[in-house]
Amino acid sequence: MDRLRVATVWLGGCSGCHMSFLDLDEFLIDLAGMIDLVYSPVIDVKEYPEEVDVCLIEGAVCNEDNLEILRRIRARTRLLVSFGDCAVTANVPAIRNQLGLRNDESVLQRAYVEGAQSNPGVPREPGIVPPLLPQVLPAHQAVHIDYFLPGCPPPADRIRTVLSQLLRGEEPHLEGEQLKFG
Amino acid sequence: MAAKTLTIDGKQISADQGATILDAATDAGITIPTLCHLDGVYDVGACRLCLVEVAGINKLLPACTTRVHEGMVIKTDSERLRKYRRMTLELLFAERNHVCAVCVANGHCELQSLAYSLGMDHVRYDYRFPKWGVDNTHTLFGMDHNRCILCMRCVRVCWHIEGAGTKNVSGRGSGSQIISDLNQPWGTSDTCTRCGKCVMACPTGALFAKGATVSEMERDRTRLEFIVTAREKKQWIA
Repeated sequence: MDRLRVATVWLGGCSGCHMSFLDLDEFLIDLAGMIDLVYSPVIDVKEYPEEVDVCLIEGAVCNEDNLEILRRIRARTRLLVSFGDCAVTANVPAIRNQLGLRNDESVLQRAYVEGAQSNPGVPREPGIVPPLLPQVLPAHQAVHIDYFLPGCPPPADRIRTVLSQLLRGEEPHLEGEQLKFG
Repeated sequence: MAAKTLTIDGKQISADQGATILDAATDAGITIPTLCHLDGVYDVGACRLCLVEVAGINKLLPACTTRVHEGMVIKTDSERLRKYRRMTLELLFAERNHVCAVCVANGHCELQSLAYSLGMDHVRYDYRFPKWGVDNTHTLFGMDHNRCILCMRCVRVCWHIEGAGTKNVSGRGSGSQIISDLNQPWGTSDTCTRCGKCVMACPTGALFAKGATVSEMERDRTRLEFIVTAREKKQWIA
């Protein structure tokens, strides 16, 4: 059987979900024998490849770069898994949504102008610093998501459960406390 | 008291006249998911999670406020009920800002545990992200409206167990909110006795003891049970 082509991506999140992924400990060694990791913050691949089987999405969709890469991932991947609460619920990054529409401007003003000790000014570098979206979105509001793996972060055994199901060719299924947010 | 016989989930049971479907099911060892229900306080049917199917009636009825009748045939679990319960939970999550990861009640929250036990893996509705404040004016307790599901447990314990009548509801629909006295900062309330029953009754992180941080707000429901037992059975059992 062909090895599963797996990717992971880090959008608007704290990387805690990826840290939890690394907490898989020795299962990582088994995993390395069973999958090809084709794109991830933990490997050095710049361009998202074609024909990926599974991608774990960490983080909410906060800026135009997040949205663009997520759409590209959707187009090139068979199964997308929302990986952790930021992807599933938008979580902490979405707290800025409580400030109403157009909060993308007010939060930058607050952080880079009102809170600045020197050189106040909102950074604008087209092509380098991606503009914030007016509202932070959970991943499934930007593209179709196939499966959900909640938790902040999802504990390693929960990640292992989903990966093992995928590797066996089963439909990922979590239940009970395995679905706990937070 | 006259007994009524009825069928719940195919099980023949008898219940006292005047008992609710929830009472009858609980006595028969059948679990119905509940959220606004709190033992010892009267029911209001606010959360709609205990909806059940009653044969011959098209609409779903809340088990906590529907009285048993002779010959009722009730289903507490079906595809349709699971669908509506999940929908209700998702709407509760979408309506306010329930950020479990940074909530005082994380790990001790009835909304959170119901969500995972009923299989809610994500919310299909758009989150509303409303702007609600936190009332931190009380010396002992805080109220975070972001986490409130308007179950009214706090209002009921405040009026009917403590008898203080501090907590009330103002507004309509999704703009409803729990208020203290005449919609004033909790800390300025003349009627609050600082008993903490509302905090003990709250199912989520909406009411909390000051000083509690993420995941630290655990409720001690035995304090409420103590008072309810004292009232109903005249027994002061600590």
